[in-house]
Formats: sequence, structure tokens, C-alpha cells
Amino acid sequence: MSEKNTGVTAKTVEKIARLSRLHVEPDRLAYLADEMNGLLAWIEQLGEVDVKGVEPMTSAVEMPAPLRKDEITDGGVRDKVLANAPKTESGYFVVPRSVE
Amino acid sequence: MSDLTKLTLEAALSGLKAKDFSSVEITKAHIDACMDAADLNAFITTDFTNAMKAAEISDAKLAKGEGGALEGAPLGIKDLFCTEGVKTTAGSKILGDFKPQYECTVTENMKRDGMVMLGKLNMDEFAMGSSNETSAFGPVVNPWRKGEDLVPGGSSGGSASAVAANMCLGATATDTGGSIRQPASFTGTVGIKPTYGRCSRWGIVAFASSLDQAGPITRTVKDSAIMLQSMAGYDAKDSTSINKAMPDLSAACGKSIKGMKIGIPKEYTMDGMPREIEDLWQQGIKWLESCGAEIVHVSLPHTKYALPAYYIVAPAEASSNLARYDGMRYGERVEGDNLYDTYERTRAEGFGKEVRRRIMMGTYVLSAGYYDAYYLQAQKVRTKIADDFKRAWEKCDALLTPTCPSAAFAVGRKLNDPVTMYLNDIFTVTANLAGLPAMSVPAALDNNGLPLGLQIIGRALDEETVFAASSALESCAGFEAKPEKWWV
Repeated sequence: MSEKNTGVTAKTVEKIARLSRLHVEPDRLAYLADEMNGLLAWIEQLGEVDVKGVEPMTSAVEMPAPLRKDEITDGGVRDKVLANAPKTESGYFVVPRSVE
Repeated sequence: MSDLTKLTLEAALSGLKAKDFSSVEITKAHIDACMDAADLNAFITTDFTNAMKAAEISDAKLAKGEGGALEGAPLGIKDLFCTEGVKTTAGSKILGDFKPQYECTVTENMKRDGMVMLGKLNMDEFAMGSSNETSAFGPVVNPWRKGEDLVPGGSSGGSASAVAANMCLGATATDTGGSIRQPASFTGTVGIKPTYGRCSRWGIVAFASSLDQAGPITRTVKDSAIMLQSMAGYDAKDSTSINKAMPDLSAACGKSIKGMKIGIPKEYTMDGMPREIEDLWQQGIKWLESCGAEIVHVSLPHTKYALPAYYIVAPAEASSNLARYDGMRYGERVEGDNLYDTYERTRAEGFGKEVRRRIMMGTYVLSAGYYDAYYLQAQKVRTKIADDFKRAWEKCDALLTPTCPSAAFAVGRKLNDPVTMYLNDIFTVTANLAGLPAMSVPAALDNNGLPLGLQIIGRALDEETVFAASSALESCAGFEAKPEKWWV
């Protein structure tokens, strides 16, 4: 973290909200930017830590990822899969049109 | 019959085995206690009808001298564990009336062992919180009181409150940054987060997958041993599940700690931390010394960076894990103008404020241009924190620290300042980042009569030492205080 955080703006929040698929009313953007900047100001202290030559920790267990046979072990449970869907029809999920 | 709710899990199990009382009787006593304590808001969903049926089945087994390690014991389950046919919410509105069509591995293990499930316990939404105030189902109230309602801690606030108020003999919980140990400390109960990989995460609603770990909240160290022994175990369905046998945890309780080296990390203190927590820590050192332990002073120099690193790693993982809540396959859907609008409105209305905040933070730190500066840096700091512990293990077998920098605080007190709220987890979050087992043991009451806990942290996979040291601490502390029953 060599350079200082330049500050999250309302425009950044708009972009992040879009990437997060969260609807944000335009009049909330500035408030949320302030809030994120507050948190980032606290997080910035991580930049003090010398991490030269340090490997990033990606797993909390010291073991190789286990491999299994590539075979079907489950299935045939269509009704269970659909049981909690907000909308279904004839054994399918019903979703909004995605291709115009 | 109400006395049955005052038993420890250990005593209840032996009473059931000896047929001093039946599972139906002890289950009924707990159902009554749950109904009396409705004001604590500890449950999101109760399942008393099925609990009574399960109790009858347990009684039939017990009558024949059969039954598992938890046979007939009424327990509570945090609402993050998917339970077949019983509504599971993760403390959120977004799942609607979601009824899992499968059982998560942890509760499947407990049902195999004869648990009677009373229902699903309240929690911070998606386990994101330290006060149980982010739940879409309202805050949980701590049975311990000080003229005003106090929080039970979080995220497993319902579990801690229910165990402290004698509504169940024990409860499952989960811990991503302190969510088992901090509520245990706030409610005068025992809680352990085992080594990462001990309890299968399969079927537990995911928050931050590299940190999430299940464990019990109970009234005694021995009760935690009994519950964790049942909950844990290798599971091929979780690729991070550890395929190593769990030591006999009950046997570890009460084992001599003579000659055990206990490390005292000098960094586990904080500005503004009450003097009595510092004093209690010193008292804990004396207690363990009196049991024959050798005290050594150690340094964990990166401790202060653990929380900021956590608030990058956990939201980053959460933003990815919570992408699945799109209103298409399960949960609530809010119709919008088009597909994107439907996604965005479904998620904006379904998720609460804290969850939205963390998804946005996670998305930001993973986004192009910021990944290296924040996410990668945090993962490297995480390595440094894990290395601190590795160096400490060259000098000691376990660490003794306070569990939290404060006792339970008033409902609403810290809601508007996220950083102040996050600081609750300053002493617990390091064990999550390093994947280590850690236990909170109730040790004393503060000047206001509120419980305070001490924490034992152990080496990865060395739950045996954690239980031995915690159980020594428990005997020395002799903590027997219970909250005055004001809630009926």
C-alpha cells in the first residue's frame, strides 16, 4: 500500500454498488462514500507492515487440496432443488428475461 | 420439574442414562423455560412439536440401554446451520421462508448422537456483528442486566443467551472473528472455536469460508467437550475438513497441567480497557501457576493489525459468498424493471445495513486497482500473524489472554460506529486468522456484576491442551454466578 487512499467518491460508490448488485438511491451515495472512507482510514495502518518476501496466506489449514474421483454422487432430486424457488413452472425455475 | 433446566449437559446425560428422569420430562422443562424467556428473543424459530417427538424416540432407546453421546438432551441450534425441513434464515430477510432440503453435517452428527433440537437460535445477520443487533429478527437480550437491557454479544447471541438463561443444555454456534467466544464472555458461558477444519462447514451458511468454524456454547468446559466431540469429524463434503482423529476431549478435562508452559502475550491489552480486565488476566496467571503451569512471556507483534486485516479478508470472502442470494433459486425476490434491477432490488431490500456495508467493502477491496493494495496486503499480514503464533509455540504450549476488552454493553450503544463495534473482537480474531483452537472460560464478575471471560489459545489440532488448561482455569475461578431471573 505505497500510495495513500485517494478517497472513495460518490461515483466510486455507484460503481461498487453496481458490481455488488445492490440498489442504492442516489441521495445515499455521498453518505456511503464517507462511511467507506472512515473504514478505509482505519484499515490503512496495514500499509505499515513490511511484507517483503512474505507469501499471502490463502488457507487456514496446512494441507494440500484433496482430490476425489470425478463421478456423480448425487442427483435426481429436482423437486428438492426447486422446493424453495420464488417462482417455478413445469419443473423449471422461472426467472426474468435476460436476453432481449 | 424446573430444576432439570439447571443441570449441566454432563449431569443431564447421566441422569437420562440412569433413568432418573426421561427425555420427555427434561425436554418439556426446557420448552417451558423457552416460553418463559420469550422476551430475550433468543429463538428465531422454535420446533417444540418435533422436539417432543424426538424426546419420545430417545426415551425408547434409553429404555433399552441404547442411545448416543447426546441421547435425549434438549439443545439449541444457531440459525446458520441448515436443518432439513426447519426454516433457516441466517438472521436475514433475504432467505424468506427457506426450508433446507438437507441437513448440515454438524447437526446430522448431533442427531445421530441423539440430540433433541428445540429450535433455531437468533444471530447477527449472516453472522456479521458483535452484539446480535444486526439480526432481521430483532436484537437478543442478555439475561445479565444492569438497570438496562444489555447485548449478549454476537454473532452467536441467541446461542449464548439461551444457554445462560437455562433455555437449553447447550447450543451450537459459529465463530468467524470471535462470534462464539465474545458472546460466551458476555454471558458467563463457555465457548470454543476449534481448529479450522475440525467441524465440517457443509450445510452451514457461509460468511467468510477461510475463517468460519463451528463450535459449542455451554455452561461448563466438560459440556463443551461432550458437544464438540459429537459435532466434529472428517467430512468428505468439505474440502477443508481435516482427516485427523479428535483427541478424547472429556478425558482432557481435569488433566494435570503441571509443567505446561503458558504464554502471556504482552500485546493483548488495549487503550481504555477496564483495569479489572487487566487484573483478572493477572489473576488467571496466578491460578494457572497454582496448578503447576510455568508462565512465559511472549510477543505477538502483529496483533494490532489483525482486525484491519480481518476487515479486508472477511468482507472480500463474504462479497463472493453472498453473491448467490439473487432471488432466483431460493429466498425472496423483489421484481424490478429488468433482470439487473431485480437482482439489485432483491439484494438491497433483503440484506440489512451491516451486510450491505460489508459486501460493498469486500467488492471494493477485490476490485481492479485495489486488489494488491488491500486484499493481497491483508493476506500477507495474515501470514505474519500466523508466523507470530508459530514463534510463540517454540516457547509455550498455550496462551492465556482476556477474551474481550469489555463486559456486555447496552443495546444501541455502539450501533452507529462500526470501528468501535469491530474492536470487540480484537483479542479473538487472531485465532481465526491463524486457524487455531481457542476457548473462552467465564472467570469473574466485574464491579457492575457482569461476567468476564479469559481465553486459552492453543496450537492447531491441540484441542487437548486447550481443554486441559481451560478446565484448570474453570476449577480455579469457580465461577458459579447466574443472572437473576427477571424475564418471567
